[in-house]
Amino acid sequence: MTSLAETGATDARARLPIGEVRWSTVLAPLALGVVVIGLWQLAVDALEIEPFVLPSPGAIAGEIGANIDSVVSGARATGRNALLGLVIGGVVGVAGALLAGTFRVVDELAANVVAAAAVVPIVALAPVLYSMFGAAVDTGRIIVAALSVAVPVYLNTLRGLREVLPVHRDLMAAYAAGRWQVAREITLPTATPYVFTGLRVGSSLAVIAALIAEYFGGPIGGLGKSITSSAASSNYPLAWAYVTGAIVLGLLFYVATLTVEQWLSRHHHP
Amino acid sequence: MSAIEVRGVDRVFTRGRNRVDALTAVDLEVRAGEFVSLIGPSGCGKSTLLRLVADLDAPTSGAISVFGKTTRQARLDQDYGIAFQQAGLLPWRTVTANVELPLKLHGMDKAARRARVAELLELVGLSDFAKSHPDQLSGGMQQRVAIARALAEQPRLLLMDEPFGALDEITRERMQNELVRLCAETGAAVLFVTHSIPEAVFLSDRVVVMSPRPGRITGIVDIRADGLVPAHDRAAGVREESGFFRAVAEVRAILHGGSGIPAPDGARGVDLR
Repeated sequence: MTSLAETGATDARARLPIGEVRWSTVLAPLALGVVVIGLWQLAVDALEIEPFVLPSPGAIAGEIGANIDSVVSGARATGRNALLGLVIGGVVGVAGALLAGTFRVVDELAANVVAAAAVVPIVALAPVLYSMFGAAVDTGRIIVAALSVAVPVYLNTLRGLREVLPVHRDLMAAYAAGRWQVAREITLPTATPYVFTGLRVGSSLAVIAALIAEYFGGPIGGLGKSITSSAASSNYPLAWAYVTGAIVLGLLFYVATLTVEQWLSRHHHP
Repeated sequence: MSAIEVRGVDRVFTRGRNRVDALTAVDLEVRAGEFVSLIGPSGCGKSTLLRLVADLDAPTSGAISVFGKTTRQARLDQDYGIAFQQAGLLPWRTVTANVELPLKLHGMDKAARRARVAELLELVGLSDFAKSHPDQLSGGMQQRVAIARALAEQPRLLLMDEPFGALDEITRERMQNELVRLCAETGAAVLFVTHSIPEAVFLSDRVVVMSPRPGRITGIVDIRADGLVPAHDRAAGVREESGFFRAVAEVRAILHGGSGIPAPDGARGVDLR
């Protein structure tokens, strides 16, 4: 073998696909957001809309500034429940999928239950869970978040476990590899990006579930409780400030899990 | 001892009421160090035959032995290396880790593994890409990694199922030249499945021509009888020798049912370049 100046090899540096995003894809939605907020402010000022109908962005920003400590600590309390739910739900979902992927009978038993669980508004369980575990602890909220996460993680992981390429299976057969070796070298790495797809979908659900569960009672301090109590006391700009905090919290969860997913699947499609 | 011995092998696939005779009454011997190609149109059972030898599938009747053992024992003893049309690299592993995979699975220690992989990457000319991932390589480079992996445990037999099928013609000829050199260095016997007549003739000591429905062997051409040097000694220039063209014509004639005129149906999918 002599000349090996092979063309077609791409840049050998590891990278995130996010790094290839063009400026226009970032700037366009930002510009739209600025325009929408500007129009919102103009409309509220010009039409003299009452704050209980729709507060102006300026007023909301003012409340965020004035109550930043409270918004951050609320986001921390709700975020903690969502994160614990994400981790527990993730573990349960992956463990369940491994069982269902290994034993066909488990899959057949679970299929309908999971399909049903996927359409049930799990957050509706919150009041029941408060009476089971007591309204003074966050347990009910964490369980609601975990259940919301477990379903998409289970479904995606199970799918990932079944995406093993026939050529990889043949290869491992040719190597006379054992069951455990096949699982470790082929099945689990194939499924890994799917696990994180499930976690990405679940991350938003975890935040929503943890937040909405607060509407039904339990300890104060989280964003959900703060939204209801400031709305109840007619402080609408403050309620909107907490809603903004919830949006940022949801985005944080989403971007974090999306980044991990992209990183882990960066080589998965040769 | 012959590397492969196939005696009276049938393989019938039944799915519901459909019955497909993938292979019927196949007899074939591949001697140690010999390069034998299987050629024929799609559906002639050439890949099925290779999978039977690899013990990735079992014959309906008949017997196959590899180095005098059952195919199962040969697989368990890792007597063959294998490469498929898809390179089949593990995308989450680096080039080094991919070539290393069979060695790791079979318990070779880390230092010995690293040394062997470095040697193999040198052999296929990819030392500079040791730390790359498969998605950073071209198709030809991926296929070279797959071949390095197939050679990792110094098998006396290589099973190759259209390994160059997805490559462009230029890369393909270069890979063929490299394969000849690798075979000369390792002295391994090769069973090689292909669609391309020139590829089969250039690489092989003998070309086995197959035809479909039912899949069977219709003729065997000994390329050396056309005046070409043994497969291990060939150089790129062989493609311009008159013996090469004679052998190509001979294989083509058998593929088309001996008439030399393309059969209306029989030769579908065969690459006549």
